[in-house]
Amino acid sequence: MAGDHHTKLSRREALALLAAGPGLLLLRSGPLRAAGASGPADADPDWSSRNWGYAIDPAKCIGCGACVRACRAENHVPVGRFRTWVERYHVLRSGEVHVDVAPGPNHVFTADVGVPREEIVKAFFVPKLCNHCERSVCSQVCPVGATYTSPDGVVLVDSKHCIGCGYCVQACPYGTRFINPETHVADKCTLCYHRIRHGLQPACVQACPTGARLFGDLNDPHGMLTTVLSQRRYRVLKPEMGTHPKCFYLGLDREVV
Amino acid sequence: MDFVFPNEVHVTWTVMIVLYPYITGLVAGAFIVSSLYHVFGRDELRPVARFSLASAFVFLCFATLPLLIHLGHPERAFNIMVTPHFTSAMAGFGYIYSAYLIVVVFEIWFVMRGDFIARARGTGLVALFCRAIVLFDLHEDDATRAADHRIARFLAGLGIPMACLLHGYVGFLFGSIKANPWWSTPLMFVIFIFSAIVSGIAVLVFHYVVVHKINGWKLDQACLRSLGRYLWGFMIIAVSLELLEILSIGYQQTEEWEVLAELIDRKLFVPYIVLQFLIFSLGPFLMLATIVLLRVRDRVHNVVLWLASVMLLFQVLLMRWNVVIGGQLLSKSMRGFTDYFPGLWEREGLVTAAVVFTMPFVILYVFHRVVPLFPPADPRPLDVEPTG
Repeated sequence: MAGDHHTKLSRREALALLAAGPGLLLLRSGPLRAAGASGPADADPDWSSRNWGYAIDPAKCIGCGACVRACRAENHVPVGRFRTWVERYHVLRSGEVHVDVAPGPNHVFTADVGVPREEIVKAFFVPKLCNHCERSVCSQVCPVGATYTSPDGVVLVDSKHCIGCGYCVQACPYGTRFINPETHVADKCTLCYHRIRHGLQPACVQACPTGARLFGDLNDPHGMLTTVLSQRRYRVLKPEMGTHPKCFYLGLDREVV
Repeated sequence: MDFVFPNEVHVTWTVMIVLYPYITGLVAGAFIVSSLYHVFGRDELRPVARFSLASAFVFLCFATLPLLIHLGHPERAFNIMVTPHFTSAMAGFGYIYSAYLIVVVFEIWFVMRGDFIARARGTGLVALFCRAIVLFDLHEDDATRAADHRIARFLAGLGIPMACLLHGYVGFLFGSIKANPWWSTPLMFVIFIFSAIVSGIAVLVFHYVVVHKINGWKLDQACLRSLGRYLWGFMIIAVSLELLEILSIGYQQTEEWEVLAELIDRKLFVPYIVLQFLIFSLGPFLMLATIVLLRVRDRVHNVVLWLASVMLLFQVLLMRWNVVIGGQLLSKSMRGFTDYFPGLWEREGLVTAAVVFTMPFVILYVFHRVVPLFPPADPRPLDVEPTG
């Protein structure tokens, strides 16, 4: 749950873990574990030593929308609002750039791209989500401190404290926040904090069939994310904003903002 | 072709957030007029000095209402004072607003204590209410009046920077949003202050003339001519700053200008260029220039001044609209624009806005029934002389 940053297990959680024990044992050793993440059964999970980050490889994204649907199901995202979405880019011969997102709650792109196919010289997909910035402007402007950064580097919203003023929505340069029409508070991607605390991957990462989304600990020198970032070229969105995003885009085209 | 980030299809700040800076602007402007008399000794403004102070007070009482209507959780509004997050520009609101409200309430108390005492000497509920207001002390003589005046003058002086702070802070809320190129300018702070003064003077002229015409009272010509000159001067500064800001961005031809020019051309041409500048800025400028620079008869002067004031009230409202709504029409994708048109009956709709904006005038009327704000027949100056 957003805003929940207890590090000890409650009695209910412990019972649930016992009940799901065999399954969790499989998950702990399988590919669904966060790169470098410690599971709840670890003796001393020091969460403040983590610094969760995210990488996206647009070249691998096929625009299937599975990530968006998984996020919506996992986090009960209201229809018409998005914690994550996928943008489709068409660069035309004239240099014009055509961008769209898939319509409807299922986020499935149609074949009709709205531009003449013979004019398209380049096409690609770009997933977007909260950048969990190191210097997050949304945290800066929140008048009551309801938006904060967890000890392991995830920008979260305390939905029980947020007054729903919308200042953070205006301040986010990436358009990733919205006022939830059901809860009337600010809402955004939490990197599925309730999952990653238990050593799982965010729902979008788990659902991606091509591995276009990578999640891991930036403090882990041997982790998958750190390794990829040391081997590939990448950039962040709107670096001029000074927000120091922790969502890294591998080999991103300059057309993307 | 337009592309808007999917969460930006819904405009977050709507009519209530247009109304909020508009009302706080009226507060600041009306207070400045009051202080021109109380602090700077502009004697000709005495006929509106008490009225302007009372106007500032009632508008201030309703300044937070649009915000409360807008908040997703108004019941948590006090979190902003209980758990302020001081890196946020918005966190100071509760303190700035409260401090200013206290100053205005005390100033009204000291300026109007004599009138409350006069009313308290009667009978009935209103008299009882007035006795409570003056803390059941009905003593008044030259010494108490002089003391009241000294304190009121001090509070009026203290209130000027606080009025500027309150409204400048509203401008800063927008000007400090670096993600939005339509808002992000240090000039926003100054523009908001000067447009506030314009709207404050304009609403006083509008209301003063209407009330006097309805009651058949004689207008104070020296006061109106002075207000006309101040209105003209302050509107020149306000509009010049607004033009300076947009012209400097346009002249620099930065990357931002490409998208801002498109915003103005496609979405704000009518409300910004045609209405705000060509009709409601240029029009009042020429009208006020005529009555300030040329010799015109009192009747013509007053009609033109009143019309110009009404137009400037619309100009400032349009300015607020174009800032608040205009800034949100531009997507942070910098590739497209969304649309917004206010609903009529929704929670933050036009009817709610009309009710919220009308309520201060109703309260002002009630205020006037308790303590007269326009005492034309009373030769006794209700305030002591501002000099000394």
